[in-house]
Amino acid sequence: MSDILPKLSRRAFGRLALASSVAAIGAAYRPGQALAAAPTGQPIKVGILHSLSGTMAISETTLKDVMLMLIAEQNRKGGLLGRPLEPVIVDPASNWPLFAEKARQLLSVDKVDAVFGCWTSVSRKSVLPVFEELNGILFYPVQYEGQECSRNIFYTGAAPNQQAIPAVDYLLSEEGGSAKRFALVGTDYVYPRTTNQILANYLKSKGIKDEDIMVNYTPFGQSDWQTIVSQIKAFGAAGKKTAVVSTINGDANVPFYKELGNQGVSATDIPVMAFSVGEEELAGMDTAPLVGQLAAWNYFESIDTPENKLFIKEWHEFTKNPKRTTNDPMEAHYIGFNMWVQAVTKAGTTDHDKVIDTMIGIRQPNLTGGVAQMLPNHHLTKPVYIGEIQDDGQFSVVWKTPSTIAGQAWSPWVPETKNLIGDWSKPISCGNYNTATKTCIGKKHV
Amino acid sequence: MCRFSRFLWAGAVCLLLAFSGMQVAVADEFSGLESGQFNTIANTVSALVASGNSQAGAVIDALGKRHLFYSPAGGVFIRSGSTYVDARTGQFVQNTPADLKPVRMNNYVRQVLASANAELELLSPQDAVRLKAATQMYAQHNPVMLPAINHALALEKNSRVRLKLEQASAAIVLAQPMKTGDEASRLAAVKALGSAADLEARGVLSAVAMSDHETAEVRKAAADTVSSIDLKQRLWSILQNAFYGLSYGSVLLLAATGLAITFGVMGVINMAHGELMMIGAYTTWMVQQGIRATVLWLEPVSLLVAIPVAFCVCGLLGILIERGLIRFLYGRPLETLLATWGLSLILQQAIRSIFGPTNIAVVTPAWLSGSWMLGSVDITLNRLAIFVFAFLVLAALMLIMRKTSLGLEMRAVTQNRRMAALMGIRTPRVDALAFGLGAGLAGLAGVAVSQIDNVSPNLGQSYIIDSFMVVVFGGVGNLWGTLAAAMTLGMGGKILEPTIGAVSAKISILVLVILYIQRHPRGMFPVRGRGVES
Repeated sequence: MSDILPKLSRRAFGRLALASSVAAIGAAYRPGQALAAAPTGQPIKVGILHSLSGTMAISETTLKDVMLMLIAEQNRKGGLLGRPLEPVIVDPASNWPLFAEKARQLLSVDKVDAVFGCWTSVSRKSVLPVFEELNGILFYPVQYEGQECSRNIFYTGAAPNQQAIPAVDYLLSEEGGSAKRFALVGTDYVYPRTTNQILANYLKSKGIKDEDIMVNYTPFGQSDWQTIVSQIKAFGAAGKKTAVVSTINGDANVPFYKELGNQGVSATDIPVMAFSVGEEELAGMDTAPLVGQLAAWNYFESIDTPENKLFIKEWHEFTKNPKRTTNDPMEAHYIGFNMWVQAVTKAGTTDHDKVIDTMIGIRQPNLTGGVAQMLPNHHLTKPVYIGEIQDDGQFSVVWKTPSTIAGQAWSPWVPETKNLIGDWSKPISCGNYNTATKTCIGKKHV
Repeated sequence: MCRFSRFLWAGAVCLLLAFSGMQVAVADEFSGLESGQFNTIANTVSALVASGNSQAGAVIDALGKRHLFYSPAGGVFIRSGSTYVDARTGQFVQNTPADLKPVRMNNYVRQVLASANAELELLSPQDAVRLKAATQMYAQHNPVMLPAINHALALEKNSRVRLKLEQASAAIVLAQPMKTGDEASRLAAVKALGSAADLEARGVLSAVAMSDHETAEVRKAAADTVSSIDLKQRLWSILQNAFYGLSYGSVLLLAATGLAITFGVMGVINMAHGELMMIGAYTTWMVQQGIRATVLWLEPVSLLVAIPVAFCVCGLLGILIERGLIRFLYGRPLETLLATWGLSLILQQAIRSIFGPTNIAVVTPAWLSGSWMLGSVDITLNRLAIFVFAFLVLAALMLIMRKTSLGLEMRAVTQNRRMAALMGIRTPRVDALAFGLGAGLAGLAGVAVSQIDNVSPNLGQSYIIDSFMVVVFGGVGNLWGTLAAAMTLGMGGKILEPTIGAVSAKISILVLVILYIQRHPRGMFPVRGRGVES
């Protein structure tokens, strides 16, 4: 039994990896595939660590659903190494310490072989020591502030150089409106503060003066934006073309955009470039006054490729809701999951150390028509898209990077980390290698 | 009329083309629209307007409405209904190519389009449209527009539009670099901009005041005007902040009035108050959806319909909660707190299960969107409406408490429950109705909040702490205290926010309230009298 099944599934994966993405997806849907033998034996457990209650439930529930879809699909294709995949779902309830507890439970009690989870940086920071101590594998699907590189984490979302920097480049360009003044507006926590530090240094290197950069932080869940929007208006009225870079997170976005509309700030006057507003968030808004506002992501639901169409179709069938939107972190889970499947297949085992080493260099077609590759610093190569909000709640792509961009774990725009790189391949095998002194800082900086 | 003549024109052009046996031109002023490049499209739009082509108006109009399509093989088409018109000729097209794509738009194109539109609108017969166009020209001060503005200025009769056009022309003059010999015109421009006295004018003038290329006299005039504008702006900004404070305060007031009844008057710590607000907001959404699906003409006033509906839904739910849960816990405040907290979690999850975890979109009707300028104070209409609504609700509540028998009985039960019962008041009934009233008020707050905040299962959590703070700070059991506290906290927050930032403002307000409560545990307006237990 174990003789035949691995061969079968290996062939299926060989096709997936080698053939073009369209052919691969076509193969998965060939009637012949229905004959793939049902997986048997000890199940391989996959942990899902997403908040299903509390403030983050609004974003993370979707990611739990997409993981269930991917696992079900993989089982239909014959499982992994001939064994079925079994999801283990826990609910850390948007409570950061609980994230660490649930991670420990997944790794030591349930003995899962990979965990897909977390959204906020604080939840990732709280589970990181657990994953390092118990040598687990975590796939983290959300764009984040960078400045971290752990051997046990695969960062499938965007690093700042894969979202924030290209977005600002677009705003500076003629096509993006040649902005000369920037209001960096964000929620008061680690992601906006680090991103804004990187952006401020980057903007200064592009000749933007200190007085042309305004930084403003608000508490989580801010709902009264009157003063801040009027400050932005005043800042923008000084005769130079102004743009807002928004790292406002979660619920606070809706009243922010509502107030912009109220005070008559349109995208043609002062465009807002958002880093955390996706299709999901727009689903709850009247988007008519927001037409033309911008967002930077590595994926948009509206991108017209056969892979994406198929993914959206499957998603609608799986959720039985033809209106459920897809978004960037969902694509990140899709890429991460398929990479892990490839790595386990290639290593022929779920042994964590072997899988971690095999992961580097794995390539997986993404949903927007390119190929994502796992880099030695556990980040991906990703394309960057700038989308404008349309009145139907979708984004239309107005700009994209000419090729994919390699994710940087450490930002060159922060003086302390200028010389650091992450490289988990031999011989460096270090998350924070200083290229100037040629030494590994070790645990201290991670 | 106008469009008809355009058709005639286009027909004539077409006939001419047909006679001369020419095919559609290879590269004309329209072909840029087919390029798919934003810069080219934008340049094409400006060139079209400048060319005076008879089709320019129709093309710009269609592009703005997203009715303009192109075929990669060539050809630009305007969609009208289900048919297409060739944009070049204005003639109906029988067989449109199958691969039509909308002409691409981004902010840059939109911006060029807006100024192109403004240029056409400058000659509109309506005063309001011309004023809007002039205001837009003024804000953009694009030198290309100067001839159009001067042309319009020569024709303009309306004094307000004239003034705006003069300011627009002045802004353009000053935004261009100084040339020798135009000192007088620049001085006049500085003066004209001084009459505008807004932030746009300040931006242009401060650039002039700091420029090295201007003469000393112009620089000084500009600097003087800047400082006088600054003074005016500072005065206006006091009023502006006062408006922000009042509107923020009225949101707090709405959220807290219901709690002032349940907590203040009845002594019930209702942690589910925020969730009742949330249900009010979801009711608003359901009313909107219901009206949209059935009686369309009611749509603009669906919000007004939602007000009584939300009050009733939440009020009934409140009575249900009181009868089913709270009445067993009177006299045990800690148990009430825990029970209602549990209830709030249940309600949240119920809404999440029924409506999903994502936000839902409650539409703001057109008559509540936008703002209204009072001098330099920007009064946003939905905030103004909430302000008025909050005071109407408070007034109605005070009337109920003072003038109705329910109010009298409620006050009697609050002051001395046993005596009231002896006098024949059915205290359980009063309790249920009072709690229902408080819940209904939360529903009203939900209707209001749906216009400014996001409607999601988490809505309640963000208001519960503020509401308790207002009620405790104002003095438990006193509606005037609730009003005073809401306005104080609202104003305080808005005064602190511009100087120390939103995060520190929030913390400082909390610290100040704690310090105040330390010294005056009964709040700003303590209830006095024999009935009050010490």
